[in-house]
Amino acid sequence: MSLFSNALEIVRDNWLLLLVGQYPNGPLGGIAATLILSVLGIGLAFPLSVLVALARLSHRAWLRLPALALVYAVRGVPLLMIIFWVYFMFPLLLGVSVPGYATMLCTLVLYEGAFLSEVVRAGIEALPRGQMDAARALGHGYGGAMRFVILPQALYNMLPSILSQFVSTIKDTTLGYVINVPELTFAANQINNRLLTKPFEVFLILALTYYAVCFSLTRLAGWLESSIAARRAGPAPVQLVAAQ
Amino acid sequence: MQGFDLAALLLNPQFAAMLGHGLVMTFVVAAGSWALAMALAFVLLAVRLTGSRIAEAAVGLYISYHRNVPTLVQLMLWYFGIASLLPDGLQEWLSDHNAEAIFAVVALGLCQAAYFSEDLRSGLRSVGPGQTEAARALGHSYLGMMRFVLMPQALRHAMPALVNHTVSLFKNSSLAMAIGVVELTHAVREVENESFRTFEVYLVATALYLLCSLAIMAGGAMLGARDAQVGVR
Repeated sequence: MSLFSNALEIVRDNWLLLLVGQYPNGPLGGIAATLILSVLGIGLAFPLSVLVALARLSHRAWLRLPALALVYAVRGVPLLMIIFWVYFMFPLLLGVSVPGYATMLCTLVLYEGAFLSEVVRAGIEALPRGQMDAARALGHGYGGAMRFVILPQALYNMLPSILSQFVSTIKDTTLGYVINVPELTFAANQINNRLLTKPFEVFLILALTYYAVCFSLTRLAGWLESSIAARRAGPAPVQLVAAQ
Repeated sequence: MQGFDLAALLLNPQFAAMLGHGLVMTFVVAAGSWALAMALAFVLLAVRLTGSRIAEAAVGLYISYHRNVPTLVQLMLWYFGIASLLPDGLQEWLSDHNAEAIFAVVALGLCQAAYFSEDLRSGLRSVGPGQTEAARALGHSYLGMMRFVLMPQALRHAMPALVNHTVSLFKNSSLAMAIGVVELTHAVREVENESFRTFEVYLVATALYLLCSLAIMAGGAMLGARDAQVGVR
């Protein structure tokens, strides 16, 4: 089968480029760059998302309204547009040229942070009111109640959704290709530009690679969701009446 | 660097026309892929409902592929990859008829169909089993039951998710610039290169995207509110 052997040959000749880009002779790229960008992106977006979620739940309008505006702006504007904003605004504001990696990372933190804040907010609102009341009755202030009672439970329940957002982040890093961030999609395009004759094989390999990574993480999120649901439901009720 | 001047951009007939054409192309790509996605979503749902295990597995694989592979990569696979496998005659016809836009509509439509189909399916799941039994007891055929009893309720349940995914489809139409479709984001880059009014042109385009997205969200909320009224009756 020529398609299969062609694809195999492309992988054999280019696996290093797909894996780490031109590293160590150039910048780190390929899957490694995709994963590092995604992990840093979601890792830095997470604290931001908690702050935005708390601001949206606040009674103070000067906290709530900017957070609301951020969330709606990010939900309504294409990621590509935000990338271009950061791409040209950052050098203008900082006065130095900013590498593509940093541009992409900042964009991801902003974009995923806004989406994740909706997840965190839903997690906080899904907890029964009694949790906050009980924490306050025990003498916690608002901050202490959030810190020690509400957030630990809400974030634990939200773990599967956070993992899904991580999958979205991986998929969103592909847009770095447009501003020449040397991640996986960029590497595949480099290979395609060099071979020229096997575009189907190259992009099929690219698609299947993303599929393998994202599918396993999606499955992990599904497993986590059912095991958390099982844990929250508590141990199975004891059968009081023996079956005949 | 020039001072901020929105009028210099919008009153320039050439730049205004470029942005206008871009916006129209964004609407064409978004509407075309929306229609394709919705039609295909119903087909996928119908195939799943046959209960055949092979059909179930095939649709499951379709949905899993389209949800786990980045949309941009799907676009590239269609435009660079699958296009190269087509017969020469078809390739020529396509390149005479804005191949970029056609492949963008196909790729975005097939991708979004996976999301729409899942929304419809969970909408259908949330309709209680009593509805099926009642509809059959009233003498509805399977199709009549779907058409008059189950689907109207399923659509109502699925509405918020469908609206959210419509917004993301609209936003994803910007990815078509990566395969050379001259939609709004592409037009923005061109105008930027010619006018050097970077800030102004991004501001205009961002405002346009935001307005359209908010309009879709508001439209969805209005439909939802109307359906809630119906539900009360």
